[in-house]
Amino acid sequence: MPQFAALLKKDSQPVRYLVVDDSVFARKNIIKMVELFGGEVAGEAGDGLTAIAEFNRTKPDIVLMDITMPQMEGIEAVERIVRQHPEARIVMVSSVGYQENILAALQKGAKHFVQKPVKPEVLYEILRYVLSDDPAAAGAPVALAGEHRS
Amino acid sequence: MRMDLIQPFINAADAVFAESLQGPTKIGDLSMEEGAYRRKGIAALIAIKGDIEGRIILDLAPEVAYKVAGILTGGEATNDDQTARETVCELANMVIGNSVTLLNDQGYTFKVFPPEVHSSDEGLAGSQDTEAMVLAIETTCGNIFLNIAMHHLTRRRRERDAAPALR
Repeated sequence: MPQFAALLKKDSQPVRYLVVDDSVFARKNIIKMVELFGGEVAGEAGDGLTAIAEFNRTKPDIVLMDITMPQMEGIEAVERIVRQHPEARIVMVSSVGYQENILAALQKGAKHFVQKPVKPEVLYEILRYVLSDDPAAAGAPVALAGEHRS
Repeated sequence: MRMDLIQPFINAADAVFAESLQGPTKIGDLSMEEGAYRRKGIAALIAIKGDIEGRIILDLAPEVAYKVAGILTGGEATNDDQTARETVCELANMVIGNSVTLLNDQGYTFKVFPPEVHSSDEGLAGSQDTEAMVLAIETTCGNIFLNIAMHHLTRRRRERDAAPALR
């Protein structure tokens, strides 16, 4: 796997992620990547309902959210989280990447979409972009040191 | 059976395996089979209903599943039945998700049902009386088998409507 410069917050603290996916494998895979980017896992959830509870508990900087999940799907969870926390930054991560799904997620407040299988370099650039509009995060390219070394 | 309905699944499987297993892949021989599918290892069957109907079976030997699991989890997986089941489901979900995206972008709408995992020696329920395309994709972890049966619903409806007139 390629090496990446750390994505850090402005105070040089690691970015905290909530990883939401009903597949344990998918969560482990995503966690492996965010740790590679210098991030920290604030919490994990296997469905939308747990994701909402975990968001309220951990207040992560970024949520990486699957779409198709039991109990409550990702798009509904996005809507509920963003309704309560308009500042939430949520990136959808799904193998189902057709326009209808992507548009629905963006309309509900998701910031971006990445299709599975996730390529680390693609996720890195998306996270960098999403973090760049955050005054609390190291938004400037300099602070993010976003040049990735393949 | 229409190749334009099957090709997206083959393309998606090839791309997903190459990307997620971080190695080259090769599509092996394709053949047509009829009758209930006999699994080779642990199999996941995913049904599709809508403008197009059918099912996809993804099948791999447990030892292949363990190797795949090791790559997907960064070496943290244990070699047990649960790992093999989760592996086949995760691969099936990624393949189906990517192929559904391709088909949806072509204008087809349909519902995809969650994967059913099979590990018994019986022929898979839901795979009877169906002509299917069977192929193996060679990966760095070993062969992963796909069995795909897919039809336009309108064609099947015509066939059903025509059947009483033939009696």
